[in-house]
Amino acid sequence: MRLLRIVPDDTRFDFMRFRRISFPISAMLSIAAIFLYFFHGLNFGIDFIGGTLIEVQTKAGPADLAKMRSTIGGLRLGDFQLQQFGAPNDVLIRISEQPGGDVAQQQAVQKVRDALGDEVDYRRVEVVGPSVSTELLAYGTIGLVLAIGAILIYLWFRFEWQFALGAMIANVHDLVLTVGFMSLTHIDFDLTSIAALLTILGYSLNDTVVIYDRIREMLRRYKRMSMPDLLNVSINATLSRSIVTHVTVAMSLLALLLFGGQAIHSFTATMMFGVVLVGTYTSVFIASPILIYLGVGTGRMGEAEEPEPPPEPQTQAASRPSQRVRARR
Amino acid sequence: MLFFTRWKAAAILITAFLICLCAVPNFFPESTVKNWPSWAQRHVVLGLDLQGGSHLLLEVDSGAVRKERLQGLADDVLRVLRQARIPFTGRAIKGNSVEVHITRDTDVDNALAKLRELSTPLSGILGASGQRTVDVVQSAGLITLTPTDAALTERIRQAVDQSIQIIERRVNELGLVEPTIQREGVDRILVQVPGLQDPTRLKDILGKTAKLDFRMVDLSMSAQQAIETHPPADSEVLDGEGGAKFLVEKHVLVSGADLTDAQPGFDQRTSEPIVSFRFNSSGARKFAEATQANVGKPFAIVLDNKVIEAPVIREPILGGAGQISGRFTVQQVNDLAILLRAGALPAPLTIIEERTVGPGLGQDSITAGEHAAYAGAALVIIFMFVTYGLFGLFANIAVAINVAMIFGVLSLLSATLTLPGIAGIVLTVGIAVDSNVLIYERIREEVRGGRTAINAIDAGFSRALATILDSNITTFIAAAVLFYIGTGPVRGFAVTLGIGILTSLFTAFTLTRLIVASWVRMWRPRTVPI
Repeated sequence: MRLLRIVPDDTRFDFMRFRRISFPISAMLSIAAIFLYFFHGLNFGIDFIGGTLIEVQTKAGPADLAKMRSTIGGLRLGDFQLQQFGAPNDVLIRISEQPGGDVAQQQAVQKVRDALGDEVDYRRVEVVGPSVSTELLAYGTIGLVLAIGAILIYLWFRFEWQFALGAMIANVHDLVLTVGFMSLTHIDFDLTSIAALLTILGYSLNDTVVIYDRIREMLRRYKRMSMPDLLNVSINATLSRSIVTHVTVAMSLLALLLFGGQAIHSFTATMMFGVVLVGTYTSVFIASPILIYLGVGTGRMGEAEEPEPPPEPQTQAASRPSQRVRARR
Repeated sequence: MLFFTRWKAAAILITAFLICLCAVPNFFPESTVKNWPSWAQRHVVLGLDLQGGSHLLLEVDSGAVRKERLQGLADDVLRVLRQARIPFTGRAIKGNSVEVHITRDTDVDNALAKLRELSTPLSGILGASGQRTVDVVQSAGLITLTPTDAALTERIRQAVDQSIQIIERRVNELGLVEPTIQREGVDRILVQVPGLQDPTRLKDILGKTAKLDFRMVDLSMSAQQAIETHPPADSEVLDGEGGAKFLVEKHVLVSGADLTDAQPGFDQRTSEPIVSFRFNSSGARKFAEATQANVGKPFAIVLDNKVIEAPVIREPILGGAGQISGRFTVQQVNDLAILLRAGALPAPLTIIEERTVGPGLGQDSITAGEHAAYAGAALVIIFMFVTYGLFGLFANIAVAINVAMIFGVLSLLSATLTLPGIAGIVLTVGIAVDSNVLIYERIREEVRGGRTAINAIDAGFSRALATILDSNITTFIAAAVLFYIGTGPVRGFAVTLGIGILTSLFTAFTLTRLIVASWVRMWRPRTVPI
């Protein structure tokens, strides 16, 4: 049986050449994302701005949105939105936070329940009061910062500091672009979005670490190879893995996107963008080349007093100590 | 890397098997599992988003607790100074303190000593924490008493503890199935009721303090006069039904705490819905004394600072029983009886977050999650087989065991499975495959480098495992943070993602290796089919 080779075995793609293009592109996209965030904004869900979300399903036939709109409009509850949600008899009602603290939110829900009466099934009712929403936003932000910090410290212990810094720049770039995507598509930004961002962070780093691992290995083995060449070899060596893994992750996400239902739709869409599109690009085109600018490998040439080991004599390499033994100076 | 001693291989297989075995109770109906021994009953709990139900987050009104504490302190000051016969003026609550002015300078030291006795050491978790309940400060004749923050926090804590007990009683009285009631942070209570579709009644019941007092109506002036001028110092104006106003004494004859029972019923003459109640012995005695002394005068039944009714005492009530009838519906009477039996909350509760999922949506989500899981698994399995052939098959076996192990660990922890949690499992399939991909790609490379089959497999494993560890730890850190900050469904995602990383590390380091090693031993391959 002939097995599938997505990436041919002898791929020698010159990724480093692209850094003169990829860096400006990423910079521009990041700036665009930041602009979007400030001028287009995020579609904050009730988790973060408080308010009420009610998902109803009409019992008889498709929902009459116009009628429902006038019914709820008559309650004078301030800003509200109606939206078809999945099936034609499913409607999502969003009511902005009511002035008057936590008690007022509950009264608003009761009014809507009274007004819509028995014509609908209440599939989901979510009410988040002002005190909780402020906290959730703070927790979410703290969580992201904490995660970035914790991962940085871990990488700093496992690698040199340049690697940690490079990974962080790459990661922040991922998060910024993903937030830009969420602003552009107006996807709900709620607690699950924070979960999505954290997972993107984890996955993107996972990918970066795999390449960095290889770069570190190569740095130890080939003391005279130029940095761009070394990075190229490392990326090419891990390219097949990167692509296979991303195909499998993309397949999992695709299944979730198609069959996982409305409730996690924005979550999976965000992940698809962040993990599959941005994460892969970043590890190859940002995280790796940035190591050159951060000065990884400078001064290696001078240190290499001992003769360079023969290039790729794999049979000999077998007698080396396991790569898990850390060879930090 | 490819050599396993017999006992090591056995240990790996037994561990994997035992963990998978823990998932078994999930596949049997609850009624069957109930008859099993208790250690075998642990199973995955479906989150409210999957089985439907209500999640209510309540907050104890800490302002009310503080106010009550200050009022109590002010009363204590009055009592202490009167007992010591020290004249004073201007006893008042100012901000977060109680102030009192000692009239004669010669009394100040004595008063200070007496008032300091009001401050007791606050017992911390490890005995005395060195903190006290009240700060007492004196400047000239003015003494200021401020309850410390630590003491107030302790009060709020106690109020939450009491509230939890009372909520438990109320919720149980409503006949709801398997409610979870737990403390969240300092001043919050989380109430989760699976299967509850419309929490309106529950919210009504939880939102009432249910503080019941029996007090005398103050007849020294009419309620209208009191509003227009100024009510007597020991009385206050309270609302009644339908806009009526009552001037009621502040002194409480008997309170709801003295009730032993309350039952809904109907008045025998008017067939109005009523609540009949019974006092305990001290309540009965107090009520008897009060009614004996006040025959012919009206008294007020006050619930949550609202006068329900104000009947005239026709004769002394000595039996310790009575009834409340105030234009109630049958539902209201039932609820009131529940509230009175369960007792009053120490402070009002506010609902600050509500998340209710109907059973329809829950079932839809389960179906959606299942479909996504099957579709994802099928795609990945086919892709792995096409890419790596026999080794892809090994990877698929490892992934299947991996998913079974996730369910095993989830069951062992009695963890909650949410829709994002299912998403986490589906994603884990991606991660678990990644470990195999890393290993196989490395083997391919080593083969290209010119190694013999067994040599290449060995080197592939030993080199890839370090990378697998590094890359998974970063994702695990993200999952851990998510678990720490997340609530509800999001936490469910963190749980399955985290457990998935651990189990996939286990399978990559042991099972996959063992499978490949057994294959190598059995077939002694000359080339690697990869």
